[in-house]
This record gives sequence, structure tokens and C-alpha cells, in this order.
Amino acid sequence: MDLTLKVWRQKNAKEKGHFETYQVKGISPDSSFLEMMDILNEQLIKENIDPVAINKGCKSSGPVSFDHDCREGICGACSLYINGRAHGPDNDVTTCQLHMRKFKDGDTITIEPWRSAAFPVIKDLVVDRGAFDKILQAGGFISVNTGGVPDANAIPIPKKNADLSMDAAACVGCGACVATCKNGSAMLFVSARVSSLALLPQGKVEAARRAKNMVAKMDELGFGACTNTRACEMECPKNISVTNIARLNREFLCAKLKD
Amino acid sequence: MAEKLISHIPEGPLAEKWKKHKAQIRVVSPANKRKMEIIVIGTGLGGASAAASLGELGYNVKVFCISDSPRRAHSIAAQGGINAAKNYQNDNDSVYRLFYDTIKGGDYRSREANVYRLAEVSNNIIDQCVAQGVPFAREYGGLLDNRSFGGAQVSRTFYARGQTGQQLLLGAYAALNRQIAKGTVKSYPRHEMLDLVLVNGEAKGIIARNIVTGEIERFGAHAVVIASGGYGNVYFLSTNAMNSNGSAAWQCYKKGACFANPCFAQIHPTCIPVHGTQQSKLTLMSESLRNDGRIWVPKKKEDVEKLRKKQIKPSQIPEEDRDYYLERRYPAFGNLVPRDVASRAAKERCDAGFGVNETGLAVFLDFKTAIERLGEKVITERYGNLFQMYEKITDTNPYKEPMMIYPAIHYTMGGLWVDYNLQTTIPGLYAIGEANFSDHGGNRLGASALMQGLADGYFILPYTIGDYLSHKFSEPKTDTNAPEFEAAEKAVKEKIAKLLAIKGKKTVDEMHKELGHIMWEYVGMARNEAGLKSAIEKIRELKKEFWSNVYVAGTNEQFNQELEKALRLADFFEIGELMAIDALDRKESCGGHFREEMQTEDGETKRDDEHYMYVAAWEYQGEGKEPKLHKEPLKYENIKIAVRNYKD
Repeated sequence: MDLTLKVWRQKNAKEKGHFETYQVKGISPDSSFLEMMDILNEQLIKENIDPVAINKGCKSSGPVSFDHDCREGICGACSLYINGRAHGPDNDVTTCQLHMRKFKDGDTITIEPWRSAAFPVIKDLVVDRGAFDKILQAGGFISVNTGGVPDANAIPIPKKNADLSMDAAACVGCGACVATCKNGSAMLFVSARVSSLALLPQGKVEAARRAKNMVAKMDELGFGACTNTRACEMECPKNISVTNIARLNREFLCAKLKD
Repeated sequence: MAEKLISHIPEGPLAEKWKKHKAQIRVVSPANKRKMEIIVIGTGLGGASAAASLGELGYNVKVFCISDSPRRAHSIAAQGGINAAKNYQNDNDSVYRLFYDTIKGGDYRSREANVYRLAEVSNNIIDQCVAQGVPFAREYGGLLDNRSFGGAQVSRTFYARGQTGQQLLLGAYAALNRQIAKGTVKSYPRHEMLDLVLVNGEAKGIIARNIVTGEIERFGAHAVVIASGGYGNVYFLSTNAMNSNGSAAWQCYKKGACFANPCFAQIHPTCIPVHGTQQSKLTLMSESLRNDGRIWVPKKKEDVEKLRKKQIKPSQIPEEDRDYYLERRYPAFGNLVPRDVASRAAKERCDAGFGVNETGLAVFLDFKTAIERLGEKVITERYGNLFQMYEKITDTNPYKEPMMIYPAIHYTMGGLWVDYNLQTTIPGLYAIGEANFSDHGGNRLGASALMQGLADGYFILPYTIGDYLSHKFSEPKTDTNAPEFEAAEKAVKEKIAKLLAIKGKKTVDEMHKELGHIMWEYVGMARNEAGLKSAIEKIRELKKEFWSNVYVAGTNEQFNQELEKALRLADFFEIGELMAIDALDRKESCGGHFREEMQTEDGETKRDDEHYMYVAAWEYQGEGKEPKLHKEPLKYENIKIAVRNYKD
């Protein structure tokens, strides 16, 4: 496949970014999107190694930076906004699990970073998602120390609740929900963590405190409000349901009522 | 020579050793803990659980990871499960049986006392994770469910769908976050350790590069813990994450820590086959699939031909024309033989010409029988996410047609040599999880990596490091202006400057691929003397070429992924060389290390217990010099040494 790529280039957080256009040729439809990006980067580096032979003496602006790691759809590092969609045109995948067979030969593909006030660009397609860590530090845990806990089978948990908890816990923290939301809201992310813990008896003990603290931190860090457009759910690579947002709202209201 | 490796294994009966040791080692008072600093490198299961637990104890912890968040560590990708000797299934499991299976699975090349302790604390791990809110799979009665894994005849594997590693890591990461919020742990994401700093022979700090700004920073502590995982990416193509690397451990080796059993690398039998030269990464399909999937190739060559030409579909091949070769060769364990055995058996069939895809390097993993027996719904419940992942990558529906799989590099059993306290040969330097060598011998059993990472981090290191620190509480905080820090920082800066100045003709990835080819060809699934010798030569030449002909784009003072890769690759050449040297020295076959000269008539591994029942711990002697081999003899007092048998 031969493709035209319009890629966002930005030197660092301070400088203004711009699009650059590149051509890539001979891409296998079985390649993943990030393998295609690897090929692009090899090409951009080679243009600089020997600009005369490869590109009429023109140097490229160097390889494109993008976050990636496991390439199995689970670490949540990859975060490309492709043709106006978080993680691109396929459903239920992270960028690394998107394959080139979803595109057509000759396509033009636009590649941008997540765009959100809470996720400043570090370089090119790499953004700083440290705000997610900060939200979880505000309460996304059960306060138990290592050791001195009861036997794992001491508390039976209905299978249904354990399954619902697992559904919510599948969140990979990629930030597609924030990047997709017109308000830049992190409600799906926060609700997934709050739900997965609130659904379990172990997590009930400090559920109220958790919901309040995490929501307060989310607001403080500049994420927007939720207006129930459900766009986040549409683009979530792990199918996290907006029913979790409803559960978070209930947890939050109950907590506030107890104040 | 023997003095270099003092294992500090406690005296007494095996089952009493850890209890007795804990009673004897010293502890640090809360007031003194507050004065002490510990550096933890890596935030996978080992690093995150250790950092959190040490923070809870009151130490001042600094935790470093190369990713943008601790949650991205590669433990997150572990799929199938975690072992524990709970015996919840009443199938006669016990601490001893888990211990026995692990030693046997490792082909009698791991340390008895360490493995027994691992089995002992395995049960605490499950309790801890449940208390943290890890949503393990449950039965309708509300109790925990289990499944089987390779190398075991009991069901002792706890799991959270096909995302067990993710859920366990999120548990440890949550515990870590709680300590970060409390201020006991300070987190340094996007920071890469580039050197270890020794003061008077003791580990006192690190030099790290801020990946965002390129700044080279100094960090001091009373002790350093390496939890940076394995070095499987030396092969370029592996199931490891793209950024997984061996550099932190390697810097420790170059500062004097012994590196043990580097040649023991695990090749996982069930990975999605290589599709072409543009590939950057291999994807694992969990071993748990072997609970219900059956592995086969056609019996007839003509069916193989038709498959390759896509004239027939695998589902059209009748039952009697299928060779379920694992069930045929290993009737007692069938599809659940250990990984090294399953991998070699796949290679044997493919070498014999029965490989089923265009490259001839694939076998089938088939769920037909299981779907008939259990129904599609149950299979979806058990493996839904894996089936989805397979379909996204290959565009084939595994409910209809069998998966195609082939072995790939997955895990490294070798690592920094540690004693019973998980301390390396450098005082104050500890290594945990995949970064150390201690528990898996020549082959790790499935669902045991998660167990080891968390055992080390939650329950072992926090005790044993206290013994060391109890002698150090009167020492002031480490002064990072000391000349040792000055010198280490200078060396790191010079190395970076040198790399950036080469401006040669080959890209970093091109050279990494070349190294990977050499490693897979000569230090892969089958090894022999001539091949290993030529590999050593080739790696040395390639390393020389790297330092004169690589092109590293960009500068240091920026976010520069090419520079990160180049720094890691520089170490991979040296790691690969040591792996080959170790593989050459170990003239026996055991676990994942298969020397072609040493095999039985039916192609099984042939150990040489008389000459090689030792841990090979290598000591760095300087650039261009042969490393020095120290041997730690392995003694088995509680287990009968036998030929590993999975046949009957």
C-alpha cells in the first residue's frame, strides 16, 4: 500500500506545532499502524543519513516521536488521533492493534496527538498524561498495607459483581476518552476506577471518600465536565461503559449527602 | 573464588528456613526508617510492590520508570494468571508440590531454598491482591476460580480473564499511588537509569536521564533495588514490550555485580507467527489457551502443501489426518507440557516440513473440541479478549478456524546473581523479579513470573533489605556531590556524546535487527559449539560497527527516542555476547537451553548433572576482556533429582 501521511510535528510544549506531509510506499496490509510509523521513521532518518541519494538533498525534520510500548493493546501508552478519531477507524482497539488493512491503497491519513488542556504536548505525538496518575493518587486505591489481610476466600463476592468490577478495571488509562470528549472530561476514566472498587465489598469501606477526592482532583487538574454525549464510550478501546459514570455520580451524590 | 558467591541460605530444614531467617534478621526502628532512602528502578510487579511496601514501612523511596506512568510496565501484558498453593480446588496441591513443580519445571537448575520460599509466600500474594480489590475470576458461589497451566497437574492458577498481569499491576500501582500521595514515595516517570554509583564498594545511588529534557541527574540513597525486568529484546523480535531492556541490570554488571545464567532464555510456544520483515514486535497468545486448545499439524505432507497454497482450510482436515503431537509424545501432560518442551516440539514438526503457514513456521492451536464440549459462550468468557486480539492482528476468526502459533522469545530466567536476601554481589544493591536469576532455573513455568515479582516485592525484599539497612542508619544521606557521582555522570555524558557524534550510515533499528538475527540463529532454540563460537565473533564485529557506523538522530537535550534505543542497543550487544559465552560454557541441555550435542535419542534435553549442576555467575573484568566465571554449586537435599519426564 502507498499512503500519504499528514503528521503533527511539534518540537516541544512551548513551540507551535504544524502538519508535515510524507509519502510511505509498500506498506503491508498486515502491518500494524505503529509498524507503519516505524517504517516512516526509518525513512525520515535515512533521508538525513544520505539526503542526496534519497530526497534530492532535502533533509527531513527527523523521526516522529510517539508513545508506544507493549504493542498488544494493554499498556495504554499509544495514543494517536487518526483521521479525527482516537485510535483510528477500527473499533475496540488501541492504536497498536489497528492494522493497515483498515485503510485503502492511496489513502491520506491525518495523525495528531491527543488534544486536551489537561494533556500538554511533550513532542510531536507524545503528550503528558501525568494528570491521570494524580487523579488515582487522590484516591484510586483501597487503603490496605502489605500483610495482615484476611484469606482470599474469606469474603465471597457474587460472580456478577466480580465480572462488572473486571469490566470497569479493564481500562488501560490511554486517555482516548478525554481526547474524544468535546469538553475534555475524564469522567469515564475516573468512573471506571471508582466503579471497579465500589462494586467489591473490600472497596466499599472508603467508597465515599474515594469518589469525592478523585472528582475534586479531576476538577482541579483542568478536565471538563460531562454532558452525557457518550462519545467517550464510543471510542474507548476497552469498551468501558458509561453506566460506570452513572455509578460514579451516585457514589458522589451519596458521599456528598453524608457530609 | 568460592567467596564471591555466598548464598546466605539459612541452616535447618527446608520448610523452616524462611521462618527462622525472618526471626534472626535485624529490623530498623520506625524513627530510623524515616531517615533512610531507597531507590527502586522499575515499576512492574516487583518494583511497584517493593516501592509501595517499603513506603508503607516508612522508608523514603524514590521510584523510577522509563514510561510516562508506572502503570505501563510490561508486567501489565501478562495474560494467563498467577500460581499459588492455596489448594482451593482440593486437588491435593501444597506448598511442597508447587515447590517441586517449579524445581522440576526449571530442570533442576534453581536454588531449593529460594523456590521453597516462593511457594510458601504464594498464598499471601493472593490474599493481598484480593484485599487490594483485584477482580479475580470467581465461581457462582462467590469463591475464587482456578485453571491449569503448563508443567502442573493441579489447578492452582488464579486469573482475571486474560488480563491477570494488568489487574495485579493495577493493584500494586494503586498501593504505590497511595504512598506517593502520602509522600513516602517520590515517583520519577520518564527517567532512565544510566549508571549505578558505588561509594566504597557499596551501592549508593544512580545517574538517570530525564527522558523529556535530556538532563542527566544524580540520585543518592542508602540502597538501590533493581526491578527492571529481563533482556529478551536482545533478540529484537520478542513478546517483550518495545522499550523493555537490560540496561539497568547491565550497568550493575559493569560495576561488579555478577550476572547469572545469562543463556537461560525462555521461548514461549504460543505466539502469533512472524508475518514479514517489517514486523517490530511479536504477540503472545496466553498459555492458558492450552487448557482448552489442542496443538496439531497435519499428518500428511500433501495437506501441508494444500494449506500453504490456501486450497483448503484447516477445519476441513479430518480428525484422523491430524497429528496432535504433544498428546502423542507426552501423554501424561499432553498440551500442558512446560514451555520449553512445547516450543521444541513445534520446531521439530516444522523442521520436518509440517509447518502450516506460508513460511512453514507455524502450528495450529485448535479450539474445536473445546467449543463442542463447552459451547462458544464459555470459551468467550474464558478467553474472549485473547480471541479478539488474535482476530484483530491476523484477520482470522479463531472460533471458526484454528489459531496459528509459533515459538518466540518471551522471558529471561537469567539475571543479576542474588543471595537468599536478594542482594547482589555488590553490598546495598538488590535485584528482584525477572531482573534476578534465582527462582526459575533453566525454564520458568507459566503463571510463575507474576508470583515471583510480587513475592519478592511484597514479602521478601522489605524484610531482607531491613537487615542490611539496620547497619546503616547512622550513616548520613548520600552526598551526590561526591567524586564518585561526579565521575559516573561524566562517563554517562561522554557515552551519549560519543553515540551522537558517530553519525554513521546505519539506523539503530537496522543494527538491532542484525543482532536479533544472530541471536535467534545461533543462541535461540537450538545451540551448538560451532554456532556459538561464530555468534560471539559476529556480535563483536557488529558491536564494533555500531560504535563506528550507527546514526543516532537528534540531540541529548530533547525528547529523543532514537537516543534511548541506541543506549539500550549498546548494552544488548554486550548482553548477547555474554549469553553466547555462557551457552558455550554450559555443554549440556537443560530447560530452555538446548545444546544439539546433548540430546537423547528421541530429541529430549540431556542434562549433565555431574559437570553442570551449578549457577554460572559471570564477573565483568573490563572492556575487551573475558568475563570471569564463578560457580555456585546447586544442592538438592529435599527433592530427588530425576530426568524431567512429562510422558508418564
